[in-house]
Amino acid sequence: MREASQPILTIESVSIEASGRQGVSRIIQDVSLTLAPGEAFGLVGESGCGKSTVALAIMRYLGRGLSITGGRILFEGRDVGTMGATDLRSLRGNRLAMVYQDPMSSLNPVMTIGRQLIEVPMLHGETDVGRARARAIAMLGEVRLPDAAAMMDRYPHQLSGGQQQRVVIAMALMAEPALLIMDEPTTGLDVTIEAAILELVRELRAKFGTAILFISHNLGTVARLCDRIGVLYAGRLVETGSIRAVFKAPAHPYTRGLLAALPKHAEPGDIGHARLSPIEGTLTAADRARTGCAFAPRCGYADPALCETKPITLAPVDAGAAHLARCSRLEFVTSGPMSAAQVRPATAASGPGRVLLALDKLSKRYDLSGRFGFGTGASVYALSEASMEARAGETLAIVGESGSGKSTLAKVVSGLTSATGGEAYLNLPSRTAPGGRLLDAGSPGGSKTPIGTVDVDQRTADTRRRVQMVFQNPDATLNPSHSIEFALTRPLRQQRGLSRAQARAEVIRLMERVRLPADLLRRKPHQLSGGQRQRVAVARALAGQPDLIIADEPVSALDVSVQAAIVNLLGELLEGGDLALVLISHDLGLVRHMADRVAVMYLGRVVEYGPSGQVFKPPFHPYTEALLEAAPKPDPDARAPAIVLAGSMPSPTQRPAGCVFASRCPKKIDGVCERSAPPVRAFGEHRIECHLELGP
Amino acid sequence: MTEVLPRIETDKALGHADPGDGWLSLFRRSLSASPIATFGASIILFWALCAIFAPWIAFHPPNKIDPMLIADPYPSMEHWLGVDNLGRDMWARIVYGARTVLTVAPTAVLCAAILGSILGLLSGYRGGWIDALIMRVGDTLLAFPKIILYLIVIAKFGASAFNIIAVIGLTSAPIIARIVRAVTLDVKNREYVAAARMRGESAAYIMLVEILPNVRGPLIVDFFLRLGYTTIAIGVLGFLGVGLPPPDPDWGGMVKETYGMLFVYPHMTLIPCFAISTLVIGFNFLATGLKEAGQDA
Repeated sequence: MREASQPILTIESVSIEASGRQGVSRIIQDVSLTLAPGEAFGLVGESGCGKSTVALAIMRYLGRGLSITGGRILFEGRDVGTMGATDLRSLRGNRLAMVYQDPMSSLNPVMTIGRQLIEVPMLHGETDVGRARARAIAMLGEVRLPDAAAMMDRYPHQLSGGQQQRVVIAMALMAEPALLIMDEPTTGLDVTIEAAILELVRELRAKFGTAILFISHNLGTVARLCDRIGVLYAGRLVETGSIRAVFKAPAHPYTRGLLAALPKHAEPGDIGHARLSPIEGTLTAADRARTGCAFAPRCGYADPALCETKPITLAPVDAGAAHLARCSRLEFVTSGPMSAAQVRPATAASGPGRVLLALDKLSKRYDLSGRFGFGTGASVYALSEASMEARAGETLAIVGESGSGKSTLAKVVSGLTSATGGEAYLNLPSRTAPGGRLLDAGSPGGSKTPIGTVDVDQRTADTRRRVQMVFQNPDATLNPSHSIEFALTRPLRQQRGLSRAQARAEVIRLMERVRLPADLLRRKPHQLSGGQRQRVAVARALAGQPDLIIADEPVSALDVSVQAAIVNLLGELLEGGDLALVLISHDLGLVRHMADRVAVMYLGRVVEYGPSGQVFKPPFHPYTEALLEAAPKPDPDARAPAIVLAGSMPSPTQRPAGCVFASRCPKKIDGVCERSAPPVRAFGEHRIECHLELGP
Repeated sequence: MTEVLPRIETDKALGHADPGDGWLSLFRRSLSASPIATFGASIILFWALCAIFAPWIAFHPPNKIDPMLIADPYPSMEHWLGVDNLGRDMWARIVYGARTVLTVAPTAVLCAAILGSILGLLSGYRGGWIDALIMRVGDTLLAFPKIILYLIVIAKFGASAFNIIAVIGLTSAPIIARIVRAVTLDVKNREYVAAARMRGESAAYIMLVEILPNVRGPLIVDFFLRLGYTTIAIGVLGFLGVGLPPPDPDWGGMVKETYGMLFVYPHMTLIPCFAISTLVIGFNFLATGLKEAGQDA
C-alpha cells in the first residue's frame, strides 16, 4: 500500500515558454497533476492548448526554443529536468513509453515489425535475441494481432492503420513501462477500430497495471478509458477531477461548453434536432498571455472585474478536494443551467419535401491498370447498386468506415467522377416559361436530369450550379492565394452572372448568412481559423443558390467547440425547405443529430437505409449495430460496447459472393452469409440487406 | 475516418512561400529576417545601380582605344581600375558590361519562367500523353550538353542578344517546367480546385488563377538561382567568343581578351572575373534568403 500510493508522475506547477524570433510566449502555465500507479488520466482540450507539449515535457523531448521555466516534473520521485543523458535514455522506452497519433511515423518503414520490437528489450538490458523474439511474439498476441509469428516478418506498410497502431502499442509495452503516454492514439482511425483499440488499452492496463496519460480532443474516448481528467485551455489546467465528477457536474465554463457542444447520444430512436451550443470565438495567442482567466473573452459568465484582473487559482468545486476548477465565479456558474439548448422545429412538420436527388442502383467500378497500361482484370467496386433519395429541406446522411464508398458516392453526385452503372437523377421543380407554358415536363412535379453518369465538365451550367459541395479539410478548401472576397465573388459572377456591384452586395449578404463579420473579406485563408474557413466554404457553396449541398465530413477536422457552430449553420440552411443536404460522416453522434434519412454503407453497398428514426432503432443491420456500439460516448457510465468488430474491411478488389459484411459479422450464419447475397428486408421505407430474420 | 493529409509539410518541402502573402511581403520578410538575403540584395543593387547610371559614372567611353595607355595599364587616379590590353578604361567597361548582363540574364530567365510555367501547368494538370510528351522532350533537351547546344545555335544563327536569350530560355524552361509540374500535381487534387471544377471553370482559368499563384514561392527562389546560373552561362559564352559581338563590353568577353596576360597584367582578367562572381553570389544569397523566409512562414 505504501509502495503503491507513491505517485508515478508528479507535475508540480510547470510552466513552459517558447522563445523565438517573435519573442517569448508562454505555452504552458502552472500545470500540476499527479498520476498514481495504474491510473489513467485524460488530458483534453482543443488544438493549440498545449496537450502535446505537456507530454513531450514529461519525456524531456521539448523542441528547440521550448524550455521549462518553472516547476518540476517528477517521474517515480526523480526530477526529469535534472537527469543526465544516460538516465534519460534508460528512462525513455523503458519506464516511460509513448504512443503517437500517426503510427506510420513511429514505425520504421524499412525494418520488419519483428526487428523493431526485438530492438526494445535489446536496448534495455536483454542479452538473448531468442528470448527477446519470444517476448515480441507474445506481445503481438497480447495486442490481439492475428498470427503473431508471421506478423514479425511483415513490414509496416503491409499492415492496416489499426494493426499498425497495435504494433506501436505492443512496442511501447515491450519494456513494461510504468507510464504510457498516448497522444491522440485513435484520432486517425475508424470508429470501429477506435473502439477495438480502446478496449485493448483497457485490457492491457488491467493486466500490466500501467499508468496511462491519455491525450485526446475527444471527450468520448477519454470517458471510456480514464479515471481522472484534466481540461487544458491556453496552457492552463482549468478543471481537473474524477471523470464522473467532471462529466456529471462540470464546473468551469469551458468544460461545460465542450460538453454542451457535443451532439447528444440519446437513446436509440430519439432523434435530437436540438441546436448545439458552440463556444463562441477562438483561442488566440493573446489569450495565453492574459493575467486573469484565459477563457474570459469567450466566456458567457465572464465579469471583467473578477476574471481579468488577477491570476485565478484552482479551487475546489465541492466538498471533496479532488474536483478543482480555475474559475473566479464558480458558484455562479455551477448554479446556472448546463446550456440553453433550443429545439429546432422538426422539419417533418411541413411534410416530406419533394425528392431532389434520387440514386438508382448507382455503381462505380475502377479498373486497375497494370504495368504498361494493360489491364490486370482487377477492378475495385467502390460503389455498387446504391439507391437512396434526398428530399428538399432534409438531410440525407451517409455513414460507414473509410473505404465504404461514401466519398465515391459524393464524387459521383458532384460530378468529379462519373458512375459506371445505374444513374443519379436531379429532380428539379418544373420551370415555366414567362407565358406559363411548361418548359420541360419530366416526372410529375419537375424535370429529371441524369447526373450520375455525367461528368461535371459535361453538365449544363444550370445543373452545375444546383449541386455544390462543402469539403472536409479546411486547409485545402480555400485557395491560399486568394482573398475571401475573391473566393466568394467569383462564383457569384461566374455562376449567377452578377455585375461587380451586385456581387459585392451579395457577398456581404452571404457573409451575414454564415455569421462572419464582413471585415474578414480582405483576409487570406491562412489568417482565418479552421471554423471560419469552413464557414467561408459553406458560403461559397451557397453562392450559386444550389438545390443540393454535399458535405463531405464537414466538421471532422475541426475542434469540438467549433464543430457545433458549423453543424448549426448547416441545420439552418435547411430551414428554408428548398435545399437538400447530403451529409457524409463517420460520426454517428452528428448523424443522429442532423439526419432525416440515413444510408449505412459497407464496402460500397448500402446495407441499411431509411428514415433516421427507424435506422437508429431495432431492427438493425449487424453493421449498423456495431457502429452504434463503437461510437464513443461522452459518458463515463456508458457500458463498454457489447460488440467490437474484429479485423478490417476486406479489399474492395474481391467482391464477396455473399453478404459484403460476412467476414466481420458477429451474427453471421455459417454457410449462408458467405455464399448467397442477402435478401432485402423492407419495413416501409426502411430497408436492410441481411440474411437474419429481422423483426420490427 | 478519412485522413487529413499534412499539407503544410508538403508546402514546406516544396519551399512554398507562405502562399497567403504577396511577393513583396515575401521580399520584405526575407530581407528583414535574413542577413544573407540582405547581403545578396545589396550586391545586386550595387550592380544594378552601376548599370542604370553607367553613362554618368563612367568617365571614359567604354570602347575608346588609347594605345598610349598600354605602357602603364595599372589603376590610377584617371583610370580607377586601369585599362585593358587595348587601352580601354576598365571601370567604364565593367559598368557598361553590367548593363549587358543585367538585361540579357533577366530577360532570358523571364522567358524561361513563362515558357516553363505554361509547359509545367499543362503537363501537371492535363497529365496523360501531353505530360509524357512535354517531359520527354524536356529530358532530351536536358540530356544534351548545354554548351554544345549554345555553340551550335549561335554558330548557326549568329551571336546576338536575342539568340542568347532564346537559347538560354529554351534550355532552362524544362527545369522550371518540372518545378511547376510538381506543385501542380499536388495542388490540382486540392479541394479548391475541385470546387472550381464544380463551378464550371475552364481549364485555363484553373491553371492560371487557381494553381499558378501557389507555384510562385518555389518559382521566385528558382528565378534568382537561375539568374546566377545564367550570369555564368553568359560569361562562358563571352569567354568562348560566341557572346555578344564586340566591341561592346561583356564581362566574359573581357576575360577572354586578356587571359593570355593573366600573369603580366592580372587586373585585366581578374576584375571582370570578380564582377561575375559577385553578381552570381548576390543572386544565390538572395535565393537562399527567400527560400528560408518561405519555409519559416
